[in-house]
Amino acid sequence: MSPRLRWRKFVSGFMLTMTGVCAVVAVAVLFFILGYLVYHGGTSISWNFFTKLPAPVGETGGGMANAIVGSAKLLLLATLIGVPIGFFGAIYLAEFSGGTIAFVVRYAADLLNGVPSIVIGIFAFTLVVQPFKHFSTLAGGFALGLMMIPITLRSTEEFLRAVPRALREGAMALGASKWKTISTVIVPAAYRGILTAILLAFARVAGETAPLLFTALGNRFWSPGWNQPTASLPAMIYTYAIAPYEDWHRQAWAAGLVLLGLILVINIVARAILSRGIAVPRS
Amino acid sequence: MHASVRPAVSVNIPPTVTNAGTREATSALSMRMTISKVNFFYGAKQTLFDISMGIATNKVTALIGPSGCGKSTLLRTFNRMHETVRNSRLQGEILLDGQDIIAQDVTALRRRIGMVFQRPNPFPKSIFDNVAYGLRINGSKLPIAEAVEKSLRHAALWDEVKDHLHKSAYELSGGQQQRLCIARALAVEPEVLLLDEPCSALDPISTAKIEELLVQLKDLCTIVIVTHNMQQAARVSDFTAFLLLGQLIEFSPTPQLFTTPTDPRTEAYITGRFG
Repeated sequence: MSPRLRWRKFVSGFMLTMTGVCAVVAVAVLFFILGYLVYHGGTSISWNFFTKLPAPVGETGGGMANAIVGSAKLLLLATLIGVPIGFFGAIYLAEFSGGTIAFVVRYAADLLNGVPSIVIGIFAFTLVVQPFKHFSTLAGGFALGLMMIPITLRSTEEFLRAVPRALREGAMALGASKWKTISTVIVPAAYRGILTAILLAFARVAGETAPLLFTALGNRFWSPGWNQPTASLPAMIYTYAIAPYEDWHRQAWAAGLVLLGLILVINIVARAILSRGIAVPRS
Repeated sequence: MHASVRPAVSVNIPPTVTNAGTREATSALSMRMTISKVNFFYGAKQTLFDISMGIATNKVTALIGPSGCGKSTLLRTFNRMHETVRNSRLQGEILLDGQDIIAQDVTALRRRIGMVFQRPNPFPKSIFDNVAYGLRINGSKLPIAEAVEKSLRHAALWDEVKDHLHKSAYELSGGQQQRLCIARALAVEPEVLLLDEPCSALDPISTAKIEELLVQLKDLCTIVIVTHNMQQAARVSDFTAFLLLGQLIEFSPTPQLFTTPTDPRTEAYITGRFG
């Protein structure tokens, strides 16, 4: 074997090993976090966690039923705000607009995506909390909804654009109007991707804490209404994790596990929906 | 502005038909479509020059010519599919049954002029739903199941798919998919069927099936086919138009064009000296 060939073989082997190690490290971080969360959360979690309100300070036990329901309400609201705007905005971008408007909207969406979540929280605080003079579920859902818009918009647009032109032409050649083409062919052809995009946006905001501190605030009891402060899992984790009580730390771990479980379940359900229907094969 | 209704033109010989013999041969035909002085531009670039021709009712008209000659562009103006391309511009007049197609509602027009594309493009739906698509979006009152069966029979696909109508259209072979697309186009009972190189992505056996089908389909509707395959044009068409660099060089009954072309460029092309 010539020295040159030996060197090439060495470089090839070295690069292969290095990329492999990096891949393993990347996955290992995820599994380490998962394992740690399951280990600590799993031992702390109990039926009470899902059914009881937080125990008064100084007492042990209690649960986070109000935070679980609070997070569900916040995420529902966020989805109702973020998904339609992102989805229909994406249809406009992908199907109707061109040139300057599309450029501006896309650019703005990317910027919005990069805005730190705490700034979004302050924005929602100014816009919703101050006029109503109340921290509330509405304000929290609004803040999270704002964060969902750019993620949903940009990825939905990409998936719509990826639908082959041949399908559009096929529908239009049969006398389908532009909107009919979009609603009966393009969106159905892209719906797997769109649903994945929505899930990503959902999972992203499900764990957001900063925007909630200024908006939903927190609550140690059941939130009395949509216009009242509410507990949420991320805010609870934040409060409990920095508290000096051992029992609260355990509860924070449990909350982390529940949050993760929630996202996992939604993912699995969505993938089950995705696996039905007909996918466009890649050509 | 265009008048919305014009007197029906039934006997009208395309001005570019190149010789007296052709004139006699085609003068008895009624014309489903009349194309006069069509110029077409992509932005500043002109791709069709002053094209005039007639599309005879219930006949197969083939458009042939080398790549880039404008044959697909011309075909796509017939159902105004060119409008999906930005910065395109059409001049001239195209009549369907004596009525200007530009003055009509484009969705209504495309229901009357169906189109089959180069590559099979079934929707990500079941076989049944693909054929039913045109009927459903048009709110057809026809019983859908019967119409679907009829169209699949016309497209010579029924026997192959009747037992799994609800399977994905993508489970069919390429040739079957293309026949499915033909069935889908036929379901809305178009007066004209445009085919844009329908066999270029298919194997010889599938191609033969589709050619056979086209000959049968002309009783049902008027057919215009773009093909780069001269043998195909010779086998299936009644009239052939030869285009070169965006110009209509020769338009005659098919046997005549292939045996006694009048233009030296046509002769050069069909004898394989270029293209």
